[in-house]
Amino acid sequence: MKNSEPDPNSTAEDVIPATVIEEKPVLKAVGLAKRYGKNVVAVNNVDITAYRGEVLGIVGESGSGKSTILRMLNLEEQPDTGSYELDGIYAGDLFKLDRSEQRAIRVFHIGIVYQNPHIGLRMNNTSSGNVAERLIVAGVRNYSQLRQAAETSFRASEFPLDRMDDPPLALSGGMQQRVQLAKAIALNPKLLLLDEPTTGLDVSVQALVLDTLRRVQRDIGTTMIVVSHDLGVIRMLADRVMVMRHGRVVEQGLADQVLEDPQHAYTQQLVHAKL
Amino acid sequence: MTGHRTLSELASPNNGYSYAFLDEYAKRELRRKTLKAIAIPGYQVPYASRELPIARGWGTGGLQATLSLVGPEDNVKVIDQGADDSVNAANLRRFIFRVSACHTTTDTLAATIVQSRHRVPEEIMGEHQILVLQVPDPEPLRGVESDIGKSREMHGDGEYGLLWLGLYEQLVRYRRVTIGASYPALVHGRYVMSPSPIPRWDVPKLHMAQHLTILSAGREKRLYVVPPYTSVKPLEFDDVPFRIENQRGWTCRISGGSNKFMSEIPLQSGGAEHEISDTSYREKLVADVKRVDGTECAGVPYYDNETGHFYIGGFLKDEEL
Repeated sequence: MKNSEPDPNSTAEDVIPATVIEEKPVLKAVGLAKRYGKNVVAVNNVDITAYRGEVLGIVGESGSGKSTILRMLNLEEQPDTGSYELDGIYAGDLFKLDRSEQRAIRVFHIGIVYQNPHIGLRMNNTSSGNVAERLIVAGVRNYSQLRQAAETSFRASEFPLDRMDDPPLALSGGMQQRVQLAKAIALNPKLLLLDEPTTGLDVSVQALVLDTLRRVQRDIGTTMIVVSHDLGVIRMLADRVMVMRHGRVVEQGLADQVLEDPQHAYTQQLVHAKL
Repeated sequence: MTGHRTLSELASPNNGYSYAFLDEYAKRELRRKTLKAIAIPGYQVPYASRELPIARGWGTGGLQATLSLVGPEDNVKVIDQGADDSVNAANLRRFIFRVSACHTTTDTLAATIVQSRHRVPEEIMGEHQILVLQVPDPEPLRGVESDIGKSREMHGDGEYGLLWLGLYEQLVRYRRVTIGASYPALVHGRYVMSPSPIPRWDVPKLHMAQHLTILSAGREKRLYVVPPYTSVKPLEFDDVPFRIENQRGWTCRISGGSNKFMSEIPLQSGGAEHEISDTSYREKLVADVKRVDGTECAGVPYYDNETGHFYIGGFLKDEEL
């Protein structure tokens, strides 16, 4: 459709009327809400949609509910209300599935990179074991196949192969994030969740990891959701941005648009604080 | 006048002594739990582990299982590290005899109940026999999941992948699986059990065994069972099969037997000699050598005397010893 130029010889009947192709979103979460105890409202009625190959950035200050959303999207946490669908995986609300079905979806279709590698990795196991874990849980019972898959993943996340059997404890912060990334993309997930992936890394390593993230996203064409309070990260990775405050979405739109011309007062404050 | 009865009338009669030491309620509970465990092969059934005149860790779990089963007709054998004459085995055997007036034996084939720690006998046991194993740690997932509540969930979901992760780690680090005892095994295709600290050599013997195996942990208060003719599969990778301990063609210095599980006897010179760990079987081999009429008293072993092959062909993918 994009490349079709009007043919001067065509008659009116030949011209296909211009229509908007409505693609189904890969991820569709509606009305997410979560409160802790009586007073803490972590997430308040948030809708999220993301399309195939899209990178959605979620920005906001600490305590704005970004991480809670990510935990819910990773099916680690049940919301109080809301529904969650992943297109082509299961027709229906994922929150209504039981524990083991949710686990299967998490293992096969969702990859996650945490800010703190201690949460995402077994620090004393080998790095390759951390990547293999995902495949083992998915049912692979062949040792050489596990080794190969681990190597492939490490290559994709630009991790030096000669260190793949070192425990993450012995690796630098940037490399630990690469191990997490290798683990997250091991089964070509439909959805990749990144929770502050480069926070705590120094600027040069941050740039390298972001570079890898961008390349991986391009190569496997997965839908990606990046949570960060760092607008630089969002600017570099995200196509679309959601700005959150106090558990609500205050503004959303194309990344360039929102970051260049913020409409909401809070977003303006955020952008200016960054500049 | 009022029909009130005294406390002593209401209470069960105090006999001061109960057959086979445990009171009838305790034995009934144990038998019920054993039946439940038989119905769900490999599932850990909790039970109320009673106080016994031996300390936890010395076989209280196995002893309670034995005491709930033993009768005056039974012939009981007790093994510790393969030996009938070690202090713990002798004590337990004497205790069981004193409280139940059962027969006792050291002959595996003559016994109806074999209580054991660390070993499954070398001779093939039959349908009329019960093997009771003393278990120190019943939870195969303990090494990979420290939260016992979570590991119960994992058993419920049949989520055993992390055990393979343990094998993977060992293969990466040491190029072989280093688990020596309590090698985790899948029972009846459903529950993974820790088969008590028996060596890898003994785990295949539980597969499709004719006898009933009861595994009981007194301190942990858990009991599980491998019923007769039930599959027991040690965990393995498709391309890295489960292997038993290599006995390297060692010969027993007393009986001359080989292809059996050996105890290493270090020598002053720095070298080592070997003895068959199962003492009752070893003595039978010695007796057979002395016989002139050509008959044998030693039973058919699980592992062939000459070739070392396991008696169920094809179960061990890697038959090399």
